[in-house]
Amino acid sequence: MSTNAISVEAGPLSAGQRIAMHYFVAAMILFFAQILFGVIAGLQYIYPDLFFGQLDFSVARMVHINAMIVWLLFGFMGAVYWLVEDEAGTDLVGVGLAKINFWILTAAVTVVVLVYLFVQIGPGTKTTLWLINEGREYIEAPRWADIGIVFCVLVFFYNVSATFMKGRWSGISGVLVLDLVALAGLYVAGMYFTPNISVDQHWWWWVIHLWVEATWEVLVGCIMAWGLIKTLGANRRIVTTWLYIEVAMMFGSGILGLGHHYFWIGTPEYWFTIGGFFSALEPVPLVAMVVHAVYDAGRHGFKSNNHPALAWLIAHAFGNFFGAGVWGFMHTLPQINLYTHGTQWTSSHGHLAFFGAYATINIAIIYLAIQRVRGNVWMSAELADRGWKWKWSLGLLNAGVLGMTMALLIAGYDQSFIERALEGSTWSGYFKAQQSAWFLQGMVWRMIFGWVTTAGIVLLFWDLLTIGKTEKRKIKDISVVSTLEHAPA
Amino acid sequence: MTETPWWSSESLWRKMAIWVTAFMVVVLIGLTFDTVRQITAGGKRVPSYSVINQKIFYEFDSERGFQVPRIGESQPLFGRILDEAEAKALVTLGKLTVQAKNCMNCHTLLGNGAYYAPDLTKAWLDPAWAHEDIREQLMLDFLQDPAGNARTFGSGRRMPNLNITEDEAQGIVAFLKWMSSIDTNGFPRGFSPLDQEDGV
Ligand code: HEC
Ligand code: HEM
Ligand code: HEM
Ligand SMILES: [Fe+2]
Repeated sequence: MSTNAISVEAGPLSAGQRIAMHYFVAAMILFFAQILFGVIAGLQYIYPDLFFGQLDFSVARMVHINAMIVWLLFGFMGAVYWLVEDEAGTDLVGVGLAKINFWILTAAVTVVVLVYLFVQIGPGTKTTLWLINEGREYIEAPRWADIGIVFCVLVFFYNVSATFMKGRWSGISGVLVLDLVALAGLYVAGMYFTPNISVDQHWWWWVIHLWVEATWEVLVGCIMAWGLIKTLGANRRIVTTWLYIEVAMMFGSGILGLGHHYFWIGTPEYWFTIGGFFSALEPVPLVAMVVHAVYDAGRHGFKSNNHPALAWLIAHAFGNFFGAGVWGFMHTLPQINLYTHGTQWTSSHGHLAFFGAYATINIAIIYLAIQRVRGNVWMSAELADRGWKWKWSLGLLNAGVLGMTMALLIAGYDQSFIERALEGSTWSGYFKAQQSAWFLQGMVWRMIFGWVTTAGIVLLFWDLLTIGKTEKRKIKDISVVSTLEHAPA
Repeated sequence: MTETPWWSSESLWRKMAIWVTAFMVVVLIGLTFDTVRQITAGGKRVPSYSVINQKIFYEFDSERGFQVPRIGESQPLFGRILDEAEAKALVTLGKLTVQAKNCMNCHTLLGNGAYYAPDLTKAWLDPAWAHEDIREQLMLDFLQDPAGNARTFGSGRRMPNLNITEDEAQGIVAFLKWMSSIDTNGFPRGFSPLDQEDGV
């Protein structure tokens, strides 16, 4: 098995890697769209007349969160295309198909976004749900696109599993493929209409929760496992064992943890106990992942072939732990959730968790890919410009999202207290909270840190476009050391 | 590296991962059957759609320690008594409109959605509609011209006009009325409904 670190030779990219690059580029463009529309939505909290009647908050927000879901999924698909040949030890099966698939998917996403922006809404008919939007948070994509997405994911799935089938299977690829089946299957739970809002929300959470707190976590676990082997030359057997432990803990807590969304939507009271208990355990695997990543990185002396990638992998471990584990735990018990449910508190958690757990690891993988694209150049210490661009974008992005999270948390506290606890969540009580001093300041600070985040993204793009372009040194200097020191078991 | 202790062996943890996952999935599926049965419209927690023919009010349940929705005397919506199929059709039109207009990317329903506008779980019972006699008309007017009927409570944050027709507005009101009858385990806590003195 390919336990060694990256080889120094940098021939042309393989077919799978070229397709991965397509996905990465599209992901980054959508990341930019996400931020653009997030900024608009954030500004509308402060200036409610901004684009009123033209590009209302609902439209801006829909594009913001949809662009996020799609760019993260594109990033994951890219990552899988990137590692599949290496992990399977053979060439990608169905290269032409994979290429066409990428373009169909990208075209569909473009059409969906244009319709969101220029058609926005339709009459209250099923046709609207089929053609314009489905009006269900995160999975707003109209039904035609749902079907298209499922089709494209099946093609992707064929490419990946056929490649493993032709080459070889490993622990990582086994977990990966089973997880992808579950991930795609869950999407189908979000593809039907019901007038019953309780039933609607019940299945909606199957998609949202069982994605981000179960299948996506395991997917990044697989990518992380491969990444640790590649960036640090970590021992495959140990990494694979860790992966199984993580799967056991993650699914062991996250599947029934689904119950923390079944407190108030009409679902029975036994979910208080089940949801409270199992979701309270969800942080455990996230702690284990931090230990794992830091231990591995530390054991390899934080020496790696690729400093930006390693830094982002570590940001991922901590971001996952804080955003999902700590911020999730804070409001997961029903006694607290009664007051925080559906407030800025939730938004605070949503931002730190999605960024910390999933944006970070995508960026890490893209740095790994860029190094290869630039010809396996040196990307460790002592870069020509001291690596200021990647360091500053890392700092600005993390500080920006953390600052937004804090601002939203303060606003969320305030809202929970005034609207939920004192005012009993009436229309007027809602607006009383929205206009309290702490809340208003929270919205301003969210924008200040939103601009910091935006600056970080601009710098990130600049860095991705330029890093390593003028570098003459190759990575071998360090990979040789690391492969020698940590020869495979 | 031949002497791996048993507790750190790869195959042990592979089996563990499979069994734990399988077990949790089976438990979840079992619970799902029961939950879906309990939240199907027509049960105790989620009433049938024809509940829109009746008065819905809020009462403190001392045993459970929070307020719960109760179904009272006849109080036809828009002066019409609907049978179950007609009621379902009207609520369905409301729900379709809620999705087609993307309400949940501004509002929360049952606490889920966006945080830019008030939670709609108990909108039917909101004190801002002042009194039961004028509520239906106020709601229809508001939905068809939210900018013209804006309240904003000093915030300046208005709901935009979403080209909602009269029929769609009626559907939405039916949907909101039906939703307010769902047993949400006391969420939102301490909600004080509109004046419901007469005819409880
Ligand atoms: C662009 C954001 C936006 C969208 C989309 C939106 N609303 Fe609103 N809605 C608001 C705002 C803001 C208010 C508060 C308006 C005011 O006070 O004047 C409001 C108020 C309301 C109210 C009164 C509040 C209460 O507690 O009873 C109802 C009912 C309502 N909206 C229903 C809907 C329905 C139904 C939809 C979808 C068909 C919808 N809204 C779509 C922003 C929105
Ligand atoms: C990476 C993993 C995670 C991500 C990306 C994530 C993301 C989110 C998002 C976006 C929401 C809001 C959904 C909405 O729009 O209504 C949410 C809600 C919630 N999350 Fe997470 N989450 C993660 C992990 C966790 C964990 C581990 C816990 C618990 C320990 C948790 C607890 C909750 C709770 C209780 C809610 C409901 C909030 C409410 O009642 O309004 N989350 N999560
Ligand atoms: C410039 C930076 C950003 C700004 C100004 C911004 C602003 C916003 C706003 C205004 C909302 C709507 C919240 C509401 O309904 O009240 C939102 C939702 C959301 N944003 Fe952002 N955002 C930014 C960056 C990000 C990033 C980087 C991520 C993650 C990668 C992210 C993930 C989310 C999620 C998951 C939600 C839904 C939250 C929920 O429903 O609880 N955003 N954002
Ligand atoms: Fe969850």
